[in-house]
Amino acid sequence: MTAIPTAERALKRSGIWMAIGLLLVAAVYVRALAFTPEEATQGLAQKIFYVHAPSAWVAFLAFGVVGICSAIYLFVKDPRLDLLAASSAEVGTVFTTVVLVTGPIWGKTIWGAWWTWDARLTSTLFLYFIYLAYLVLRSAVEEPGRRGRYSAVLGILGALLVPFIHVSVYLFRTLHPMPVVLRPGKPELPGSMLLTLLSSFAVFTVFYVALLARRYAWARLVDARAQREADRADASR
Amino acid sequence: MRELLAQAWAIAAKDLLLEFRSRTAFLSALVFTALVLAIFNFARDPTAVSAVDLAPSVLWITFSFAGVFGLNRAFALEKENRAIDGLLLSPASRTALYLGKTAANLVLVGAVEAIALPLFALFFNVPLLDVLGPLVLVIALATIGFVAVGTLMSSMAVNTRFGEMLLLVLVLPFLVTPVSAGAEMTAKMFALRPFAEWAPWLKLLIAYDITFVVLCTLVFEFTLEE
Repeated sequence: MTAIPTAERALKRSGIWMAIGLLLVAAVYVRALAFTPEEATQGLAQKIFYVHAPSAWVAFLAFGVVGICSAIYLFVKDPRLDLLAASSAEVGTVFTTVVLVTGPIWGKTIWGAWWTWDARLTSTLFLYFIYLAYLVLRSAVEEPGRRGRYSAVLGILGALLVPFIHVSVYLFRTLHPMPVVLRPGKPELPGSMLLTLLSSFAVFTVFYVALLARRYAWARLVDARAQREADRADASR
Repeated sequence: MRELLAQAWAIAAKDLLLEFRSRTAFLSALVFTALVLAIFNFARDPTAVSAVDLAPSVLWITFSFAGVFGLNRAFALEKENRAIDGLLLSPASRTALYLGKTAANLVLVGAVEAIALPLFALFFNVPLLDVLGPLVLVIALATIGFVAVGTLMSSMAVNTRFGEMLLLVLVLPFLVTPVSAGAEMTAKMFALRPFAEWAPWLKLLIAYDITFVVLCTLVFEFTLEE
């Protein structure tokens, strides 16, 4: 019967993480908008980069977490791993939405087109489809054990599919800006922009962890309450 | 290993015999494929886009529809009267069950494709005979890839609400690599480009097949009841 108070405490603790994450995100935007020089050719449009690129990183990181949790879940069958994978998938879906919304806004200004079928755009779009399939599959299975196994199978397959889609589309010609940080040789960005970009990556990762912790704590609380209801029903029988 | 293959063969033979007696899935998939091919002819402007430019996309869209169309059958069949319990109680291993189901699906989809391919050449007036060998190889590789994934997914989808609709949502993302590789290679073949130009796609497709056939075989047992 200690499950519910523990889950409630964890949910409260995750609120602190959320506050820290939100503050950091706000701080990084103050820096990006007011204290980072404007890019010479792209002007203000380039500022979206500090939302877009870190969200994309978190979107793929979150699916990596789904894949790893899924693989371990199939061996140890710990329901907590299933909940963690599901929470990561939901948070990842939000960040993928951010990527797919901010990308076209920038693309229209700089490329003159809302959308192109370039490698990264397409792999992110399909990442989104896999996330949605994952969430739909979870909603379509009632029994928790089976839901865990099914979604773990899809989580593993999906995590392996993303690189394949990326290579498939990469074999077509690509329009997307080439990497500016992780590339052979020195980073191409000037120092102050690089610092803003790297801190936005760090901040978004913290924010992801905060959201994940909160979503997970909430899922645990829902589970604990459902368990209590089931126990009561058993006792009154 | 030999025992595994014998068990897989027994399951595939059972499925194919059932299908041979009724022929419902095969005939409906075949008519469906012919219909899709015919409808494509009305969905293009023949004065603007020449048939041979559109042909590779038409071929691969049609084949992927045909592939997904028959997938539901494999496990829906076992759900009736809970026949799956009988299979699980039989001495056949779960890996053999997956391999047998996949093999039966491959034969069915392959048969539909074998009839649809000449029909496609007829409707779209493409020089099929010049590239027949490599084209059949590419079709076979792509079909193995998506039938392997599709068979696994159909084993899950059949136990969910709105399983048939869900199966499409689960399988279609996995078709990107086989379909784009297939369509690219087909286009290069029809344009009589040298092999070196489509070799990267072939490598990608083979890597995809190996990865997903192995992976699906490994995780299949988790889609069954314990």
